[in-house]
Amino acid sequence: MLKNKNMKSRYYYFKHEYSGKFAVTFFGMFLIILTLCLVVFIATKGLATFFNNHFSPIEFLFSTVWKPDRAPANGGPAIGALIFITGSVLVSMLALLMSTPFSVAVAIFMTEISPKLGKKLLQPAIEVFVGIPSVVYGWVGLSVLVPFIRVNLGGLGFSLLAGSLVLCIMIFPTIASVSADAIRAIPRDYYEASLALGATRWQTIRRVIIPSATPGILTGIVLGLARAFGEALAVQMVLGNTIRIPRSPLDSTINMTSIITMDMGNTAMGTVWNNALWSMALLLLIMSFLFIVLIHRIGNQGGSK
Amino acid sequence: MKSKTADKLATVVFYIIATGFILLLMLFVGYIIYQGRDRLNLHFITSAPTFMKEGGGIGPQLFNSLYLVFLSMLITVPIGLSAGIYLAEYAKPGRITNMVRFCIEALASLPSIVIGLFGLLVFVTMTGWGYTLFSGALAVAVLNLPVITRISEDAIRNVPQTVKEASLALGATHWQTIYRVILPTALPGLVTGLIMTSGRVFGEAAALLYTAGMSSPNLNFHDLNPFHARSPLNPFRPAETLAVYIWKVNSEGLAPDSRQIADGASSILIISVFLFNIISRFLGRVLNVRFSGSKN
Repeated sequence: MLKNKNMKSRYYYFKHEYSGKFAVTFFGMFLIILTLCLVVFIATKGLATFFNNHFSPIEFLFSTVWKPDRAPANGGPAIGALIFITGSVLVSMLALLMSTPFSVAVAIFMTEISPKLGKKLLQPAIEVFVGIPSVVYGWVGLSVLVPFIRVNLGGLGFSLLAGSLVLCIMIFPTIASVSADAIRAIPRDYYEASLALGATRWQTIRRVIIPSATPGILTGIVLGLARAFGEALAVQMVLGNTIRIPRSPLDSTINMTSIITMDMGNTAMGTVWNNALWSMALLLLIMSFLFIVLIHRIGNQGGSK
Repeated sequence: MKSKTADKLATVVFYIIATGFILLLMLFVGYIIYQGRDRLNLHFITSAPTFMKEGGGIGPQLFNSLYLVFLSMLITVPIGLSAGIYLAEYAKPGRITNMVRFCIEALASLPSIVIGLFGLLVFVTMTGWGYTLFSGALAVAVLNLPVITRISEDAIRNVPQTVKEASLALGATHWQTIYRVILPTALPGLVTGLIMTSGRVFGEAAALLYTAGMSSPNLNFHDLNPFHARSPLNPFRPAETLAVYIWKVNSEGLAPDSRQIADGASSILIISVFLFNIISRFLGRVLNVRFSGSKN
């Protein structure tokens, strides 16, 4: 396109090429600026707990004493966030444990067992699940799951189990669709070679398909974990929000996103209490970046094999 | 034949799990719509909520949700589309492009509550606006930007190379080719993606709690001047959306029929998301026929 440059004036090129190119390039760069701004702003607020209020990060991460409004006479505020961190980790890990086997099974079903049903029925079903807003998941959890657990399993109903069941359904489509993509990407030759050697379909799935799709399946699992870890309202509605480490799945507990949603509005900006919430937000941000790095690691390993 | 039996058994198990999945979805959606069936009427959809007494509706919340989707898309689409064009057409492989891609991934994986807090800091506190619909729209715009960018990039990349080459061969510049040839060809894919994303914005709540707020002023739907405090079109007023309302009704529950309200609002929310889905598929198909002259 530049060959006939001498025929056209510089102005023409400016108007019909460079202006557009500059504009879209600017918006591409804008994404970097935005991400940096986001990190800087959250980090500034989140680190205030440690730099301005002089709490130790060790206390924040490993203490279970959460008394952000304790009077100075009684020893001043304490902002140990371990209960919330434990809550977040437990609820999302439990959700992952319950969700993964079924999601991978659905992914295998829609790619290997019945691609036709997979395309006509399961793919749209997964899309519908993705589209359901998280408050609706929370509301169904609250109005169906919580009473069900209370009546059949005991306890209050508001529990770690309820939270992880809700999350289990929410992350199901993520894991299933990413795993299905990974399985589809396996060269057809692997499958045919295995069948030609006399292996049954199940043997092929177990010994060939799952091992070759493992990096992709792991990516799906980490993405699901990231979603579960950061989910706020659906979990907050069913977890019970009692500040304690749960002793059984039927105990109520709390996680980081729940305490942020509940207390951010009631606390004044700049107070120790409020700053501690921002520190948790920063922790959530760091975790979600770590998940991304983890996914890249998995991807690279899969490629070098 | 032990391995044959295992194979049959495994197949049966897979069928059971897949059927269970479909049943779960049907039960889930069916339950929500069934529970809210009494509220699927015009009165509930259009009237204002009432405090401490029964019979309140969700009119303002539904309007706020739609208005917020509209405003946030107005902000995100130009930026996301441009970034998508940049990535698909101009970006050269290298460190900067990798950086942009990493940022998109990082933004996309951020919990929406964290984006909501960023919104609280920048669009609510720093600007001094307080909880406003516009702050909410900006926060959701940030939340959606990576999604829209990806959709745009994919839609542009799906345009056949031959179409692009034909335009370049006729002497058009790269940019002319983009906006005269590539964008119109990519339009069906873009529209489908954008409307589906709107459906997701419609149900978003966590990013809006502390940006658009958890209250709605008494709206006067006859006042259409966007500068009046009680006008529904005023973007600088607190605006509780439908999804936020469902959450708030549960945690505060000031109305005696809060359960029915949440049921009704949930079913309206689900039905709206389906509508967004259906409209996007339909429009995508219509545009595809118009712009490429072929079905599918």
